[in-house]
Amino acid sequence: MVLQPGERHCGGWSHRRLGPWCSPTGSPAPLSCETGCGEGTWILVCRLLVPTQVSLLSMEEDIDTRKINNSFLRDHSYATEADIISTVEFNHTGELLATGDKGGRVVIFQREQESKNQVHRRGEYNVYSTFQSHEPEFDYLKSLEIEEKINKIRWLPQQNAAYFLLSTNDKTVKLWKVSERDKRPEGYNLKDEEGRLRDPATITTLRVPVLRPMDLMVEATPRRVFANAHTYHINSISVNSDYETYMSADDLRINLWNFEITNQSFNIVDIKPANMEELTEVITAAEFHPHHCNTFVYSSSKGTIRLCDMRASALCDRHTKFFEEPEDPSNRSFFSEIISSISDVKFSHSGRYIMTRDYLTVKVWDLNMENRPIETYQVHDYLRSKLCSLYENDCIFDKFECVWNGSDSVIMTGSYNNFFRMFDRNTKRDVTLEASRENSKPRAILKPRKVCVGGKRRKDEISVDSLDFSKKILHTAWHPSENIIAVAATNNLYIFQDKVN
Amino acid sequence: MFARGLKRKCLEEDVPADPVQRQSLLDMSLVKLQLCHMLAEPNLCRSVLIANTVRQIQEEMTQDRSWCLPGPQTVGRAPRDRLMSTEILCRSAWAGPPPAPDPADLASALQVVPAAQAPRASLGGSWDRAGPGESRGGFPRSLDQVFETLESHGPGAVEELFSDVDGSYYDLDAVLTGMVGSAKSGPEGLETFPHPASSKFRWVNFLKLSFICLRQYFVLRYIF
Repeated sequence: MVLQPGERHCGGWSHRRLGPWCSPTGSPAPLSCETGCGEGTWILVCRLLVPTQVSLLSMEEDIDTRKINNSFLRDHSYATEADIISTVEFNHTGELLATGDKGGRVVIFQREQESKNQVHRRGEYNVYSTFQSHEPEFDYLKSLEIEEKINKIRWLPQQNAAYFLLSTNDKTVKLWKVSERDKRPEGYNLKDEEGRLRDPATITTLRVPVLRPMDLMVEATPRRVFANAHTYHINSISVNSDYETYMSADDLRINLWNFEITNQSFNIVDIKPANMEELTEVITAAEFHPHHCNTFVYSSSKGTIRLCDMRASALCDRHTKFFEEPEDPSNRSFFSEIISSISDVKFSHSGRYIMTRDYLTVKVWDLNMENRPIETYQVHDYLRSKLCSLYENDCIFDKFECVWNGSDSVIMTGSYNNFFRMFDRNTKRDVTLEASRENSKPRAILKPRKVCVGGKRRKDEISVDSLDFSKKILHTAWHPSENIIAVAATNNLYIFQDKVN
Repeated sequence: MFARGLKRKCLEEDVPADPVQRQSLLDMSLVKLQLCHMLAEPNLCRSVLIANTVRQIQEEMTQDRSWCLPGPQTVGRAPRDRLMSTEILCRSAWAGPPPAPDPADLASALQVVPAAQAPRASLGGSWDRAGPGESRGGFPRSLDQVFETLESHGPGAVEELFSDVDGSYYDLDAVLTGMVGSAKSGPEGLETFPHPASSKFRWVNFLKLSFICLRQYFVLRYIF
């Protein structure tokens, strides 16, 4: 357990709660994987590059693609814009980790299986499959290019041997099936081993083809394409808990789809005004409730969250619940609305809470209380005095995501300078960590970072004016049951794990 | 790291409090809106947020007492902006619905601020801005000035920006043939290709295109 002396705690509290991760004396003890406390010691498991190179190499024979990835831990400076990771998502078991990038590619990593010989390699993720999900398109009617950047990936729960995921760009959602093939039939009667047809006259005996093992091949096939339903840019997709439907949300509308039907969708939310000149608010994110298949939430650019019940009416224009925090008059400025715009909304795994991310804070809301959040965490409040400059360089429009850990006790979100922050909801402690190449030695322990707000700068602290605003961590993911996190920094994917003592 | 140019005070909030800084924030926002609009497919969320910020600044400027003072006709855009906008506000309140645009009277036809926006300070003032000493309703002295107005202040009233978002702005055929805006049609639940929403929007685009054509004509005349 590493705590820097004098480390700032988020919010004071007088009684330290004794959780299962605390020793009887009350001082925090090293944590186990089960408890999900974010304030442990985090180590780097591996740093993965979006493998343009890997996909090229994997075409060669006799190369185990899993081995390649480890060799890519050294620096590669040829990162193109197409390699920028735009979404990261673990599947429901945490065995697979999918990333999407600006070039329309999806790369799936699989967790290294635990083996007796290489016990240290457990927790590493290696490339499992790479495929081009979306291609750049041209809309001829509007003379517009449609970006192939993958905005979101969502996994479906596994129901058979194959894996299914949804990936979306600005306009089109696709359902991909990722399956393994490790056997192939041999001994056909009408074809020879190379696949050439045999002359039937030469066949004198018949045999039954048998399945023989072959090298593992992972193939991804598009099973459904859900297109032409969104005029504006899709910002979210969410799989329903019934596993039969999902929704896609753009700036003004939300559509409900059935996985089996691609040429039709139901419009369940439409906030487009009759006169576009009256437009003042857009939808920024949407998600289904994890257990109630009739309930979903969507957030807006005005900092509000609406919870809707699809049983109430076909078009959910009238919300069931409306979450909004009253504005703090002392903090009012021209940028108040912009920084209140919610960039991400996530249900907790329990379904009881929702978490929202706006520019400077992360808020946790109880579904039963609409008038204010139950918890507010300052991510980088030192930026509040720099809002004008951040508006000028457009950083104020950055959309950060936020994630829960498996037990809903810790929340994580990104910041600038490749920093990311974790907040423990129970102990009210927080930590700032950095995903950088300097700490890229495998198993290196992450040192908590601190931003110095003013006055004297201590050693190891970084001042606000030295922050690199081009290095932003917008996308992170947390393993559903363990303390393993994936952090995307431009074209690098960092995987961290908490150190089990 | 922070971009140059904008003066910052040592305030807690770094919010421009005085009118000059507020004006520069407004200008910066307008430039951003214009840049947004120049993209083939503007980021709607960004546009909406910037537009709301502009509205907020304008509302504060309206509430500011200095709006009502005529002020000397000095060099610099700020005083003239305020003057123009006040006139626009008053004009809209008196005139009721805007007069039908007269193709022959190009300058007045630029005033496409609808009456509904009267209480709000709108960017319609920029439409009216023309060369100094030029009479209202007369042909602008310099086409370039007008063109610069169009370019530098975007397509006019903030609200008009979103009528362009549907994308038909770039559809020359629709504009030139005066395609009638219609409600969205098509099968339930599926979004169809949107149409321009208002005749005023069409008229604005027609004017812009005609200015572009006229300008090209004059340029070519000088060359050949």
